[in-house]
Amino acid sequence: MGTSGNLLFLIALLPFLGALVPGVMIRAGRNACASFTAVPTALALILLLTFAPAVMNGETIQAEIEWLPQLGLSASFFLDGLGLLFACMILGVGLLITLYARFYLSGDDPVGQFYTYLLLFQGAMLGIVISDNILLLLIFWELTSLSSFLLIGYWKHLPEGRQGARMALAVTGAGGLAMIGGMLILGNIVGSYNLTDILQAGDAIRASDWYMAALILILLGAFTKSAQFPFHFWLPHAMAAPTPVSAYLHSATMVKAGVFLMARMWPVLSGTDAWFYIVATTGLVTMVVGALIALFKDDLKALLAFSTVSHLGLLTMLLGFGTDAAAVAAVFHIINHLTFKAALFMTAGIIDHETHTRDIKRLGGLRHLMPITFGIGTIAALSMAGIPLFNGFLSKEMMLEEASHTTWLDSHYVVPVLATIGALLSVAYSFRFVAHVFLGPVRDDYPSKPHDPPFGLWAAPALLATLVVLIGVMPFLAEGIVTAAANAVTGGDLHPHLKIWHGVTPALYMSVIAVIGGGILLMLHGPLDRAWIKAPRPEAKDIFDRLVAALVGFTRLVTEATHNGAISRYLAIFTVASVALGTIAFFGGGLSAPSRGLLPVPAVIAVGWLMLIVATVSVVTMHHNRFRALVLIGIIGLTISAGFVYMSAPDLALTQISVETVTIMLLLLALHFLPKETPRESSVGRKTRDGLIALAAGGGVGGLAYAFMQRDISTISSYHVENSYEGGGGTNVVNVILVDFRGYDTYGEIIVLGIAGLLIYALMHALLDGPAARRLRNTDYSQDRSRDRHPLMMVVVTRVLMPIAVLVGIYIFLRGHNQPGGGFVAGLVVAIALLMQYMASGFAWTQARKRIEYHSMIGFGVLIAGLTGAGAWVFGVPFLTSSYTYVHLPPIEEFELATAMLFDLGVFLTVLGAVMLMLYSLSRIARYAGETVNVTPMDYDPGTRTTDSVEEG
Amino acid sequence: MELLVASAIGAMTAGGVYLILRLRTFPVILGLALLSYAVNVFLFSSGRLAIDMSPILSKYGEASYTDPLPQALVLTAIVISFGMTAVLVMISLGAFLEADSDEIDIAQADQIEDSAQ
Repeated sequence: MGTSGNLLFLIALLPFLGALVPGVMIRAGRNACASFTAVPTALALILLLTFAPAVMNGETIQAEIEWLPQLGLSASFFLDGLGLLFACMILGVGLLITLYARFYLSGDDPVGQFYTYLLLFQGAMLGIVISDNILLLLIFWELTSLSSFLLIGYWKHLPEGRQGARMALAVTGAGGLAMIGGMLILGNIVGSYNLTDILQAGDAIRASDWYMAALILILLGAFTKSAQFPFHFWLPHAMAAPTPVSAYLHSATMVKAGVFLMARMWPVLSGTDAWFYIVATTGLVTMVVGALIALFKDDLKALLAFSTVSHLGLLTMLLGFGTDAAAVAAVFHIINHLTFKAALFMTAGIIDHETHTRDIKRLGGLRHLMPITFGIGTIAALSMAGIPLFNGFLSKEMMLEEASHTTWLDSHYVVPVLATIGALLSVAYSFRFVAHVFLGPVRDDYPSKPHDPPFGLWAAPALLATLVVLIGVMPFLAEGIVTAAANAVTGGDLHPHLKIWHGVTPALYMSVIAVIGGGILLMLHGPLDRAWIKAPRPEAKDIFDRLVAALVGFTRLVTEATHNGAISRYLAIFTVASVALGTIAFFGGGLSAPSRGLLPVPAVIAVGWLMLIVATVSVVTMHHNRFRALVLIGIIGLTISAGFVYMSAPDLALTQISVETVTIMLLLLALHFLPKETPRESSVGRKTRDGLIALAAGGGVGGLAYAFMQRDISTISSYHVENSYEGGGGTNVVNVILVDFRGYDTYGEIIVLGIAGLLIYALMHALLDGPAARRLRNTDYSQDRSRDRHPLMMVVVTRVLMPIAVLVGIYIFLRGHNQPGGGFVAGLVVAIALLMQYMASGFAWTQARKRIEYHSMIGFGVLIAGLTGAGAWVFGVPFLTSSYTYVHLPPIEEFELATAMLFDLGVFLTVLGAVMLMLYSLSRIARYAGETVNVTPMDYDPGTRTTDSVEEG
Repeated sequence: MELLVASAIGAMTAGGVYLILRLRTFPVILGLALLSYAVNVFLFSSGRLAIDMSPILSKYGEASYTDPLPQALVLTAIVISFGMTAVLVMISLGAFLEADSDEIDIAQADQIEDSAQ
């Protein structure tokens, strides 16, 4: 991989970079948008052409950037003949479409958006054809589905556009999902996700047991994308898109992606019976069915859409034959189909643009009014019909030649006859396109007076029509690229010669039959058309709609049964499902014998246990009285803290006690505004059901805990114990884990806590701006209020306790690194000390003495912790690596300075800020509930013995 | 000892699950609190129980210690579950003040809206 290979990245990126521009330049007008679309496209095309000589000589250009090599993920691109052919088509036609769309779209359409979508799509397509990694290819594949959805639905105001876009997305997206499965299977068989490796491993893949599965899944992807029968129906509905989109996506690029994929995978997947029968048969059926429907379509674009379906079938069939010559024919026909079909779509667009109708039955005689359009359209249509001297003839001859000696289930006639019928129908609809639109008498009832469009609109199709003739007359012009691409498809060394005259061969007879038959069919079109309209035929859209409706109905049924908005229902379903899965896993896995003995139970512990159990049972039975339930919850929490002390977890005990205190305060505050009783409204049946679920869950979790507490397990904890002092500089291993080993987790957790605090604050504000504020003001809470709201004893005691509590907090913080304690606990302790001031002296009094906003405390906490972590970078070590030193100042003991402490300070501040902000927010609500504000610490001044309280609104 | 801890975890889980299946917000919050106790103790017990083996390194030579890692995880879990409880309390309080009902069943709210139209 040289520097030249790296240019491939640039080529792949250019459309995406370019896509940023037109979208924001929407006001600059059509010319600016179109120019800024053309520039990246042209640049990419020029870069691509610099590779062309090397690639034509059979070289492969590669470029790779490894991303996650362990997973086989890398951004790798390669360019061989096939990739070059497709990339040139995508970019070249992209340029023409850019020009065409400039004149086709009206100034009222959001043109910038259109070009942005177009470039996105172009980038995605380009990515598909030059990706080396199949996972990358899949991503681009899905991107084409998404961007084509945007393009097809570009005229958002048209319901057909929206429906067509949805249908295209549903069908191609579903196929894409299937393809992901197929590609992953391929990657698994080969052991690499690189296409270049996969292409070398054809024998291994064909011999694998998974070959059929991979084949079917990948073909599903290709068939849906390339609109093969029975997935062909989305393509005609996608014609609701603006014509430039149809010309680009549905003739040259997106629908060819499936063909491209089959060609790309040809060396690996083809050569088996399964490949031949699935691919060739599907192609054959699609070719005939598509052509038949095309003949009876009155909408110009629908006719072209079904003809595209038919030609894609032809390509698929050729690839399905699995012979080298058929592959050459397929590659050649890809080029030819592109030139004449894009020109035809553009012609149809011009006719629609000028006459305001695409209905063939309302057209005719346009050759006099639109001579240029007539010329272009006729050349392209004759090529589509396969008339000599136009390029369509050449590849159609090659196709017929291949078909003439293909046997299908021992029959020598099936393929040639059907191929001839397909060709015949193709001639018929091509002639009809010319005869019913351009020939015949001039009418006087066109919806708009037609005339030839400005040069900008017919320049692009004219260029394509020129190519049609040039290749048709001098096929050797295309020989180089066809050879390079065909060699890339087959992996062989072919030297095909493209020529007009092959001598008198079966193909020539078939061709002659097709042309004559097609002419006759056109003459009989009138009566046949009436019969066709009368005949019952399945309407694909209806079937699709019914299918979608059935699926939606089923989904709704499942959703409404399980997910109907009642939270208790999902919690019940979730619990039952978890218990069931856990039970299956538990009994399915087998259990080793217990390896640990049971610890003895001292009497005092048994008492604690009894208290916990009784409290739990009481909460459940007495939860209707909410205050009582809250007290019981407090008991449970405190018992657990005691348990932590006993079971060697002093840090947990400290945290649990302080959190318990804060939680109960919070719930008490909330309960002030909530009903004090829970009504008894559950039926006995419901209680029994819930009780059974609860018992099952409790039994399961308890049993699980009991089972693994009796067994040993190897953990990584010994590492922490061994390195705590040397690596983290602390003897309290739990704290060192928090601030050092798992410091990043802790950093995330304090951020979550900070966000929770801010969320509560925001919720409070939202509430106080809404109807809740009125309700609060109008509700009388005075019954609940104590006559002595700020008792003398409490005020005095909390005031005295405040410095002591803060001191304890600081002490716990400082010793945290070596002894139980740390930032979490210290933050909670100080928070409780402050809360006590709020409780004793009231909200306003305390608020007036608050110096720092709690929001900024959260902010500073996170910032300090983050900066401490980032500080490690200065010393060239990873984020949050701590360092420490011991300092000895004479009057006091030796003490430690660690950066971890600074981090812990951040934790401390965040916890303090968040807890205070939460409780502060709840207290704010109380203000709205008519809580009075006292400016002195107590409601009365004990010194003067007056009992007047100073009240303000 | 293990049996006591396991049965306590089981009892708290059962109580918590029963309460979260109630129809009013307050018991649901209590149930979640109870469940988070159960989960915290469960996580803690995954380090296996040990008496007098605090994970504070001894200055006086070799000693054995209990598993510190679950403790560190549970410590943050306790604080975070407090934060989440607080958010839930605020949401339920807001819901009650806005709707004048502390029922949790949204389906009923929809029916009220439908019948009003």
